[in-house]
Amino acid sequence: MSAEDTQGTLPLRSEEDIVASRQKVRVLTQALKFSLVDQTKMITAASELSRNTLVHGGGGAMRWELLDDGIRRGLRLHFEDTGPGIPDTRLALTDGWTSGGGMGLGLPGSKRLVHEFELASVPGEGTRVSITRWK
Amino acid sequence: MNQHNEAIARLLTQHEEKILDDWLREAGAASTRVTDAGRRSMRAEAEDILRALREALQAGADPEMFQAPQWAPLRQTLESLSRSRAAQGQSAGDTTMFVQAIKRPLFALVPAQLPADAQVPALWAISALADRMAQVTVSLYQQTREDIIRRQQQDLLELSTPVIKLFEGVLAVPMIGTLDSARTQVVMETLLERIVSTGSRLAIIDITGVPTVDTLVAQHLLKTVAAIRLMGAECIISGIRPQIAQTIVHLGIDLQGIASKASLADALSLALEQQGYVITRTK
Amino acid sequence: MYRIPILQMGSVLLVTIQVDMQDQMALALQDDLANKIAATGAKGVMIDISALEIVDSFVGRMLASISGISRILDATTVVVGMQPAVAITLVELGLSLEGVRTALNVERGMELLALGRKENPLVR
Repeated sequence: MSAEDTQGTLPLRSEEDIVASRQKVRVLTQALKFSLVDQTKMITAASELSRNTLVHGGGGAMRWELLDDGIRRGLRLHFEDTGPGIPDTRLALTDGWTSGGGMGLGLPGSKRLVHEFELASVPGEGTRVSITRWK
Repeated sequence: MNQHNEAIARLLTQHEEKILDDWLREAGAASTRVTDAGRRSMRAEAEDILRALREALQAGADPEMFQAPQWAPLRQTLESLSRSRAAQGQSAGDTTMFVQAIKRPLFALVPAQLPADAQVPALWAISALADRMAQVTVSLYQQTREDIIRRQQQDLLELSTPVIKLFEGVLAVPMIGTLDSARTQVVMETLLERIVSTGSRLAIIDITGVPTVDTLVAQHLLKTVAAIRLMGAECIISGIRPQIAQTIVHLGIDLQGIASKASLADALSLALEQQGYVITRTK
Repeated sequence: MYRIPILQMGSVLLVTIQVDMQDQMALALQDDLANKIAATGAKGVMIDISALEIVDSFVGRMLASISGISRILDATTVVVGMQPAVAITLVELGLSLEGVRTALNVERGMELLALGRKENPLVR
């Protein structure tokens, strides 16, 4: 991988891959000079979502992109799988402990750790969760 | 596109001195406000930019792909120009004006030096290049200013939120002013780091100086307390004015068993008691 | 697979987590601890996470499980050395680690274990 790489993909097919995804996000956020707390938040969110992809999505991949819109720099991660999908995305984004609902996917929590959060899921086709943190 | 770049590169090589002189004059180097030292540094900056520009064009770089590696030296030159101007407090306008002033000298050379059919494309290419350089300069300038502002904000935040060691194992944080999300983050981080480094068991967060407590502020406070407890220390909130107490109840905010005291003095008493200290008068 | 070692100091079991754990490793630790508490009759378990830079919901649940399991086996667990960035992130994540006793460092942790055998955990 050269220093010019601004995007890439990591497979999420095993537990070792979850660890690898954490380490990769650590490297990326350090390169972007995120503060320690911001690094921790992003890596933790990645860990949660990687695990979801593996455990609930039947495996998939994490796609990463370094962002630079000229004014600020950031990191965007996409967690993609071709698994069963999430039938009720609204429910999935509901905090379990407030409504007694939620789905235990830890999505609301991860959402709070990042600046931008997108969930796209089609039952029977797959799921994509995209998260972004800016410096 | 390539032959025009070559033509421009040739212009830059053959007429360097004239371009530099005209450029600097255009950029106001002749103004009485500029010192000799200023003039010298402007000339040096212009020379660097010209050289980097010429070399990139000779290496076949495409002005439309300004992120390409051949443009790196020019980008770096523009970056250091931006940074030094921003640090000197010059405006973004002045900085880009300097960069864009390269246009007229180059335009002036085109009719004389290039064949008719090459002139319009060359003018377009020069204009595009100058604009691209100006764009890069502006965003770099902005970034630098933002970095400076952020550092100053950080300093201000740290100054306005001291973490005080009251006595062994007890820290106090007097919060003054509004508690927004950014501020609370900084306070949280500083306070937690200090708790670890001093090995304190207890943190007293005094909110006498916080004018209003709404749901958002309360949330920030509660998060701070939760983090402190997670790490294994305890927390007392003090300085709760009667109006704030009313607001808290009115908003239905649950303080979740956090000890709270009206005054810092009361919080201190509680802290001493909790830590097992007794104050006796010796006289 | 590497298993995290458990040291015994008197009636206290000491675990220091220094690696970025795979999920399996965390489960294995839980298992090993439960077995060792039962086998040694330990009264205290100290888990040092001062080297852990990331604590996600899986590790959080593991810590909560160990706390619960040890309590049932009549031992007290204390988690020490949580890094500030980790604490801030856990709060944001919404993980309360209910029922898990924490202390700032090993020294405080030992004090807690010595004191609190009969006490109930702090209600959070």
